[in-house]
Amino acid sequence: MPALTSAVLDIDCADEVERIAIRLREIVGTKLRRRGVVVAVSGGVDSSVCAALAAHAFGAERVLALLMPERESAPEATALGLEVVTQLGVPHAVEQLGPTLEAIGCYERRDAAIRRVVPEYGSGWKSKIVIVRTSGMALSYFHLVVQSPTGKQREVRLPAPEYLEVVAATSFKQRIRKTMEYFHADRLHYAVLGTPNRLEYDQGFFVKNGDGAADVKPIAHLYKTQVYAIARHLGLPRGVCDAQPTTGTYTLAQGQDESYFSLPLHRMDLALWARNHGWEAAAAAEYLGLTSAEATAVWADIDAKRRATAYLHARPALIAPVDGVGDEA
Amino acid sequence: MTDAKPLVRAFILDNFLMGGDREGLSDHDSLLGRRVLDSTGFIELVTYLERTFGVRIEDHEMVPENLDSLDNIEAFLARKRVSRT
Repeated sequence: MPALTSAVLDIDCADEVERIAIRLREIVGTKLRRRGVVVAVSGGVDSSVCAALAAHAFGAERVLALLMPERESAPEATALGLEVVTQLGVPHAVEQLGPTLEAIGCYERRDAAIRRVVPEYGSGWKSKIVIVRTSGMALSYFHLVVQSPTGKQREVRLPAPEYLEVVAATSFKQRIRKTMEYFHADRLHYAVLGTPNRLEYDQGFFVKNGDGAADVKPIAHLYKTQVYAIARHLGLPRGVCDAQPTTGTYTLAQGQDESYFSLPLHRMDLALWARNHGWEAAAAAEYLGLTSAEATAVWADIDAKRRATAYLHARPALIAPVDGVGDEA
Repeated sequence: MTDAKPLVRAFILDNFLMGGDREGLSDHDSLLGRRVLDSTGFIELVTYLERTFGVRIEDHEMVPENLDSLDNIEAFLARKRVSRT
């Protein structure tokens, strides 16, 4: 077998951009019969690349970029999103989602669940959820990290009901964003782009009917490393190309690898690639800087996440086939 | 505490094997290996054990040797009881 190095993720960016543009035009114009696309731009690399690919495929005037800050968004992310849409020359709208999220109880429901574990949690406090792995990575569970207004941090294990409720409440953010995207798509007769990369799509790192909802997902086949390569190829702002991915969901800064993935993203990319190309964990371990047992646990975690998140990918199930409807109609 | 196993078994069957192989879960089966529990199921089990049996399960105790089968859970709860007395 060849060496398992970053080179396995190398792609011809110019070819890939053209291939995606051709497919986007086929899917949106011919299959979906929509005349443009809406894309939510967060300031992160995935959504910025999707916006750039859409502008390349359809022309900037047939893209609507949405910036959707809410009460807890990092101002620098919105500024970076604005820099991207300005550079691309795509029309954009800024939708403030704070009042909607407040009205639906996103913040209060989350904070109420947190207060059941940390009673003093309140105004001025910040929080995030981090994943904790047992040694050997055989089991994982979740800690809540809270920070008081004076900057003092505490970490506590989240019981199941509180964990589920915190996640359910914060998922309002992704779902309300998607509601806004479809408002604009409907009024313009556009399709909605989903922006997951391959790691997120494969491992189910998205909210069902939230950021998981879309009409077409242009980069779901690309590893995160490849998305960064395309960002550089397309000349996107340095702040986008160099950004460390964050979830943008919690009030404390949260990297994707501390909330979900078992390795830092580049090594996770390599691990998933290897898993997809028939590598045994033990053979890949050395290249990933892991012990054989750790690599075996990462392989098991990849498989476990696929099983656990199959529900997120599943289309609504029917009791019996309904002829004449859907893709085959 | 000797009655822990039937209670835990009922909890697992009711919450994680609603439509699955209810008869096939033996006392020594690995709950993770048999895919009875995913990561959310695992924390639900831990929360259930803490609230039902009045024990505090420390982070360092959340390992397969303590929690990955009905036999292991029963033995773990028995050790926790001894350590409390």
